[in-house]
Amino acid sequence: MSTLKKVLETKKEGLLNIYCTAGFPELNDLPKIVNALHESGVDMVEIGIPYSDPIADGETIQKSNAVALSNGITIDLIFEQLKDCNPEIPKVVMTYFNPVFKYGIEHFCKQCQSVGVEGIIIPDMPIGLYQASYEEMFKNYGLSPIFLITPQTSKERLKLIDDLSSTFIYAVSSSSTTGKATAGLSEGNTYLSGLKGLGLKHPILVGFNISTSNDLAVVQKFAHGGIIGSAFIKYLGDKSSPVDASKQFVKEITKG
Amino acid sequence: MKYDVNEQGFYGEFGGAFIPEMLYPNIQELKSSYREILREDSFKEELSSLLKDYVGRPTPLYFASRLSTYYGADIYLKREDLCHTGAHKINNTLGQVLLAQRLKKTRIIAETGAGQHGVATATACALMGLKCLVYMGAKDIERQSPNVSRMKMLGAEVCSVHSGSKTLKDATNEAIRDWINNPDDTHYIIGSAVGPDPYPDLVTQLQAIISKEIKEQMDGLPTHVIACVGGGSNAIGAFYNFLEDESVKLIGVEAGGMGVQTDKSAATLALGTRGVLHASMSYLMQTTDGQVIEPHSISAGLDYPGIGPLHAYLHDCSRVVYHNVTDDEALEAANRLMKLEGIIPALETAHALAYLDKMKFTPDDRIVINLSGRGDKDMNTYINANF
Repeated sequence: MSTLKKVLETKKEGLLNIYCTAGFPELNDLPKIVNALHESGVDMVEIGIPYSDPIADGETIQKSNAVALSNGITIDLIFEQLKDCNPEIPKVVMTYFNPVFKYGIEHFCKQCQSVGVEGIIIPDMPIGLYQASYEEMFKNYGLSPIFLITPQTSKERLKLIDDLSSTFIYAVSSSSTTGKATAGLSEGNTYLSGLKGLGLKHPILVGFNISTSNDLAVVQKFAHGGIIGSAFIKYLGDKSSPVDASKQFVKEITKG
Repeated sequence: MKYDVNEQGFYGEFGGAFIPEMLYPNIQELKSSYREILREDSFKEELSSLLKDYVGRPTPLYFASRLSTYYGADIYLKREDLCHTGAHKINNTLGQVLLAQRLKKTRIIAETGAGQHGVATATACALMGLKCLVYMGAKDIERQSPNVSRMKMLGAEVCSVHSGSKTLKDATNEAIRDWINNPDDTHYIIGSAVGPDPYPDLVTQLQAIISKEIKEQMDGLPTHVIACVGGGSNAIGAFYNFLEDESVKLIGVEAGGMGVQTDKSAATLALGTRGVLHASMSYLMQTTDGQVIEPHSISAGLDYPGIGPLHAYLHDCSRVVYHNVTDDEALEAANRLMKLEGIIPALETAHALAYLDKMKFTPDDRIVINLSGRGDKDMNTYINANF
């Protein structure tokens, strides 16, 4: 069984997935960060493959993408770096349709499989196109597509997404770009408290706008886990050692 | 018509809606209602009355006699520069504002490059009493400052965009992000025939009035219709009703910048490969890793690394031929029009005019140039060119 599926099956609640942008803050930091997150007990990592025009991302992740690109990151280099990441921690990649399309979707899938990546998040990939052209390909390379759902996603569409999923579903906490400053997530959030009642077969991890240990506790209570991106990227950018910063961040975000 | 978008939102393999899930409800709402609204009698009446009395349509089709003598062919200018606000952009913004009202949206956002679309959006919003926010790249704010002042005078807020190349591409990204964050009350008025389905078709339908009028104004068909192309809205407006008249040669002129052999160009069809930018599959200027290349053109309105998906399709099926001219060639053509016809064109439009220098004419040629905008906003560039 894949490491990702194993984690999802053995740990049914309180999951923590942390996002990091490959090539940020320094070109070759990815393996150090992923391994430090693994040692800190993070359940899985989401590796961002930088893109010049990330429309779903707020300022923090946009900037980390721009820094990574000016550091000279490339998709091939990311696949090289992934070979130096601990194989035990489940890995998914997050990027946009264009870099994958230009790289060659099948070649991309093959490379993912060869370095132990088990899921792909492409927020701007149309579901219909995935079904028509890429579903078989993803399956052949053991890759799980991870789709986003929002508070506005209709029931029919939720069912379609659930049927196409094979690991977890990525729920966006509210309709927004990533890292939008909010008042914080509260237990009174009816979208979050209703997530488990949606009746989906696959576990739900909530992402976008989770920046404090309290936010994380709220989503971990109502869903199977949380995904943290912008808050971690901001933290990394302010610290000199990515390894220490990663460990310290996990300690702070999971306290209480 | 065989060149229209299909039900899936594609022109051949180009187009589509490569949007994140957060935008899905907005795009679905627009897609399911725009055709019907555009066909409603009340919509058509309101728009055509505004186009006539407020914009000044139909715009003249002017026979440019001195320019014709200079080149040795009959040359007509479709005077979109005489539209209220000085460019064709208002054809689209008025239509989309009326559409937004029917969708009960109270806040309008837009992106702008040269500022023409921003001004046209701010104008339509002032007219309708709608809140308006325009995203504009910091570099464009600097080089098109008169239009920034115009937008503000008209009551719009102008938001300076500092990401990426600080031009049109980045302003468009920022407008899309705004829409993701404000899905309920906001309508996004895209200024060109780009973006996710149904925008390319929506903008095409609203700009098609240009070619409809040319057809009515001309005695018989032209031999050529020429227009400049960035995203491609004035060009598709000028071409649309001629697409099935196979005898009419349609020519799109891209911004070559300092030349397509340099790394300072915006000629997407000359330099681009297939890919997705701003949520639609088309050609775009990109690296082998799929990173979008920052373009260059002297003209802010053509400084765009992509092109509308219908143009990509028309290029691939050879219905429209696309060329490019350099910054210097465009300046020279602008100067020629000023001296021969007493018309100061927009820098964008000057690219279409410059293509005349590359053509070989026969005496029967009847050429229409879409004079998409006037050059007030480009005064600084023209003054520095020392004509």
